[in-house]
Amino acid sequence: MLLSEYLAHADALAAESRALLDGLDPATRLDVAKGQLNALKDERLAALQGELRALAPEDRRSAGGAFNALKVAIQESLDAFAARQIAASGGTFFDHSMPARRGWHGTLHPVTIVIDEICDIFRELGFTIALGPEAETEHYNFGALNFPPDHPAMELHDTLYLGEDTLLRTHTSPVQVRTLQQYAPPVRVLAPGQVYRRDFFDATHAPAFMQLEGLAVDEGISFVDLKATLAEFARRFYGASRRVRFGPSYFPFVEPGAQMDVEVDLNDGKGLRWVEILGCGMVHPNVLHAAGLDSERYTGWAFGMGPARIAMSRYNIHDIRLLYDSDVRFLEQFAR
Amino acid sequence: MIVSHEWLKQFVPHALSAEQVGELLSRHCVTLDGIERVGADLSAFVIAQVVEAARHPNSDHLWVTKVDDGSGTLLDVVCGAPNVVAGHKYPFARTGTVMPGGLKIEKRKIRGETSNGMLCSPRELGLGQDHDGIMTLDTTAAPGTPFLDVLSVADARLDLDVLPNRPDLLSHRGVAREIAALTGVAVRAWPETDLPSVPAAASVHYGSSSVTASGVTIRVDDASNCPRYAAAIVRGVTVGPSPAWLVKRLESIGQRSINNVVDATNYVLHGVGQPVHAFDLASLTHASIVVRPTSEGETLTTLDGVARRIATGTTVICDGDKPVALAGVMGGQNSEVTASTTDILLEVAHFDPRFVRRVRRQVGLSTDASYRFERGVDAAALESIAVFGAALIAHVAGGTVGELLVVGTEAPHTSPIAVRPARVARLLGAAIATDDIAHRLQSIGCEVQVAGEALAVRAPSWRHDLLLEVDFIEEVARLVGFDALPDELRAFRPGNAPDNPVHLAGTRVRNALVALGLAETRPMPFTATGDAHTPRVRNPLADDEPYLRASLLDTLARRAEYNLARMQGNVRLFEVGNAFVGGSGRLPREEVRVAALVMGARRPPHFTEPQPPAFDIWDAKAIAEVMVASVFPGEASTLVPGDDTVVWTIECGTRGRIGHVARVSLDRPAWASDACGIELTIAIMSSDDVASAGTHAHGAITHLVRPPAASAGIRAKALPVTPAAEFDLALIVPDGTLASTVESTLRAAGGDLLERVTLFDEFRGAGVAAGHRSLAWRLTFRHPERTLKEKEIEGRRARLLDTLDKELGIRPRAS
Repeated sequence: MLLSEYLAHADALAAESRALLDGLDPATRLDVAKGQLNALKDERLAALQGELRALAPEDRRSAGGAFNALKVAIQESLDAFAARQIAASGGTFFDHSMPARRGWHGTLHPVTIVIDEICDIFRELGFTIALGPEAETEHYNFGALNFPPDHPAMELHDTLYLGEDTLLRTHTSPVQVRTLQQYAPPVRVLAPGQVYRRDFFDATHAPAFMQLEGLAVDEGISFVDLKATLAEFARRFYGASRRVRFGPSYFPFVEPGAQMDVEVDLNDGKGLRWVEILGCGMVHPNVLHAAGLDSERYTGWAFGMGPARIAMSRYNIHDIRLLYDSDVRFLEQFAR
Repeated sequence: MIVSHEWLKQFVPHALSAEQVGELLSRHCVTLDGIERVGADLSAFVIAQVVEAARHPNSDHLWVTKVDDGSGTLLDVVCGAPNVVAGHKYPFARTGTVMPGGLKIEKRKIRGETSNGMLCSPRELGLGQDHDGIMTLDTTAAPGTPFLDVLSVADARLDLDVLPNRPDLLSHRGVAREIAALTGVAVRAWPETDLPSVPAAASVHYGSSSVTASGVTIRVDDASNCPRYAAAIVRGVTVGPSPAWLVKRLESIGQRSINNVVDATNYVLHGVGQPVHAFDLASLTHASIVVRPTSEGETLTTLDGVARRIATGTTVICDGDKPVALAGVMGGQNSEVTASTTDILLEVAHFDPRFVRRVRRQVGLSTDASYRFERGVDAAALESIAVFGAALIAHVAGGTVGELLVVGTEAPHTSPIAVRPARVARLLGAAIATDDIAHRLQSIGCEVQVAGEALAVRAPSWRHDLLLEVDFIEEVARLVGFDALPDELRAFRPGNAPDNPVHLAGTRVRNALVALGLAETRPMPFTATGDAHTPRVRNPLADDEPYLRASLLDTLARRAEYNLARMQGNVRLFEVGNAFVGGSGRLPREEVRVAALVMGARRPPHFTEPQPPAFDIWDAKAIAEVMVASVFPGEASTLVPGDDTVVWTIECGTRGRIGHVARVSLDRPAWASDACGIELTIAIMSSDDVASAGTHAHGAITHLVRPPAASAGIRAKALPVTPAAEFDLALIVPDGTLASTVESTLRAAGGDLLERVTLFDEFRGAGVAAGHRSLAWRLTFRHPERTLKEKEIEGRRARLLDTLDKELGIRPRAS
């Protein structure tokens, strides 16, 4: 291309851009006007930029100057349109990009979010919510749950004592006994609640934390009901394609005792792996007896899980103290 | 519990990898917490045979060899070892193999000769420091065979999470029994590779409370704490270093070798699960062991060098004179095996688990031995283990096995339990054939006999957890595998228990407060301060916060301070949780409460309002109203004026005083604004017994009862068809007269047609006398059928002003 031709192209584009914008109704929205302008100029402007290389070396300087002048001219045309627009709308510029007048966003605690979600799924599976006291007797916390007195099983639950035989419950399982004493089977309840252990408050332990327990007791309840219900929960909570497996475990108040592992991704770059999600089992006959039920007639299953642990893996929380320190900068991350 | 994969294989010669064993155990027996490799991974190395070895043309210390690695083509390999000999076999790293040190073996030229791999020295394989030459293998294995198949040098530690019901798994033999049950491979009583044969004891002597033989006496004065005590004598031992295989066994589970005798006792502990203790027989006064009650003021320096006072009222292991061991926990230095020991008395005892637990707590010392005794050992195996232990000592330390002395009664044989196949099917939800049930139970050592419809099953002596039918059903279920049971959602009946109303109220108030822009928190419910009546943790781990809180707002105040210390001045926190109030009962009175604390900007800054006002007590009042409305929907409540700190108390119908709105005092920096808080009791959580133990309180079964909806009392009114008439009243109100008093006077005097009364302004200053304020109300009147006339409105205004003047002495503000 000759220099003269290049200059003519540049002039033409400047003039056409001006004409386009001058011809627009000032009520046209700025983004619409820009869209039309871009449709006219973008391809041609890019072509002119490319042509610069093809010109004879001695012509490049003046062609480059013309190219820059063209860009300035287009911007001036656009500014002129914007000015005309403001004038037409009574002289004020409305900046639509300014922020909304927002209120504060509140939030539920991450552990509550997880508990609510778990409860929602079990509600779909026919469960209601039961509660019980946090300060308990040894009887409800241990004896009625088939803990043999002075047995190493007690050491799984390092206990905070309030008196000789009163304590802060070490699990939500006392609610199982209370509920079975209160309501005749069928019983199908979830018991979320705070529990206590004699642990130091550090990155992985808290002396008080939430637990969530479930209990189903009726005639004809079997391990298959336990397995199918909990596996269904896992699929609804973690996703339909997640694999679930059951292995043996031990809790004095269930027999057989089991644990459920789910193949989950902990967002640590290591991919899927088996993680123990909950402990479960068939309600021990001695627990049914302690609640005044005939264990030949009634059977049941129960499970317990730690929603704080689930919240930690789900939300990538590496220090458990963040959950309890109440730093507003942490809590507000959960506002939606 | 750490077990060695190789040691396990000595007990049960299975062909599984450590990972497969871990998986099998996790699915059927005990959770695997992890696998740790011991030694480098040598799985890539193979056996190779050197076919030719010739001097390197350009070096006087290198060899050029032709190596058969089983691939079919002979490889040229340059080797620098002085001991390379044609015809011999060596460990070989093919090209591409990564050495334990991280070096990758590649094809390369060494002084002009190509080398395709490396013949390896022990040090290069991480198998010791020997680097004098390559490792000659005396094997018939064909070239190409994996090196690990020939020399079992690698091992893996399996970390098993053994729970308190399965003490039988606290040894290699115990875990091996499970692998045997799951694979069908037979388990051995002890590894024949480690101890080729077990000679019988020279003689066995029994006694009910004491026995003497060949000058050695065993006496048990306290049979309840020590039901059975066996002592095996080994004479003529030479105490010294252990043989390499024994060191390796102990190292494979992370245990240090001490000397051959002590190592043998540790082998017994970890091998078969019975804690045993070797006494130096010569150090025992009168060559006696006396298990007797403790006397006042006795002490013992245990093997760890600590002098310990022995508590009275318990039982201690003594010789003819003094204490020599803390039963089940640790031996004493005074009878320790030393380099000069020649005769051993090996203690193999059965102690009552609760007794060992007490001793362990008294001395505050938990050992591998106490851990096993507390959970229960196999009392029926004492004699065979004593003979095995004595034989092992003689095998590794020389000497001869002498007498076996046994005091006490034999462990009572457990009685058979009926296991009904129909009950198995009912509990598991899937039928399992009677034969299969019997076979599974036999595989773990149960004796099974058919007894009519049921099986009569006797648990093996090492299983203390199999007491009830359901315990055996669990065994069947786990051996079959929970994963083998169907995953099939079956029909269920809905439960009789309604939703707990406290939970529902908590959910409502949480959501309402979130909508107001507050963040829920879940702080620790402990506090540093309290009085004699405050519920208190008796055994707090940290002494700084031993009390249970009586107020949620106090907890929130501390959390607000935490935020202020981190320069966060905009704090809007709430919590639903329990407060504990000291009561007269056995347990504290527990109240489920909701509390909120607000401070800082009322709204986020906006360009239209760069500095929003701070939260004040009126915001707190509004939050309180929202709380009450969501916790007790449809119930009327009043905020009764309090004092300067508790600004209002909240009263709600028959519930009485249920909470308060307060200015919260904080330790706060100058830049922070005031904090306001609200605390409201939702309910009292009863901790009374529902019914006495073993009984229930079931009433007649009722249908699930839901509380009436909050909106149930609302009756919609038709929309007005006539226009409203409005006028404003600006009144001069003396301080001390409440706006609410004026407002109720207005409502009373306004008549039926007064529709709405709205306070819209408060003013003090010019034109208003000191000690007074101007309050302005807008009053809206409407007649349901017609438009009100100007005269009627004026009449009402006059009447209202007249009433206000007469009843309250309040006059309108001069305009």
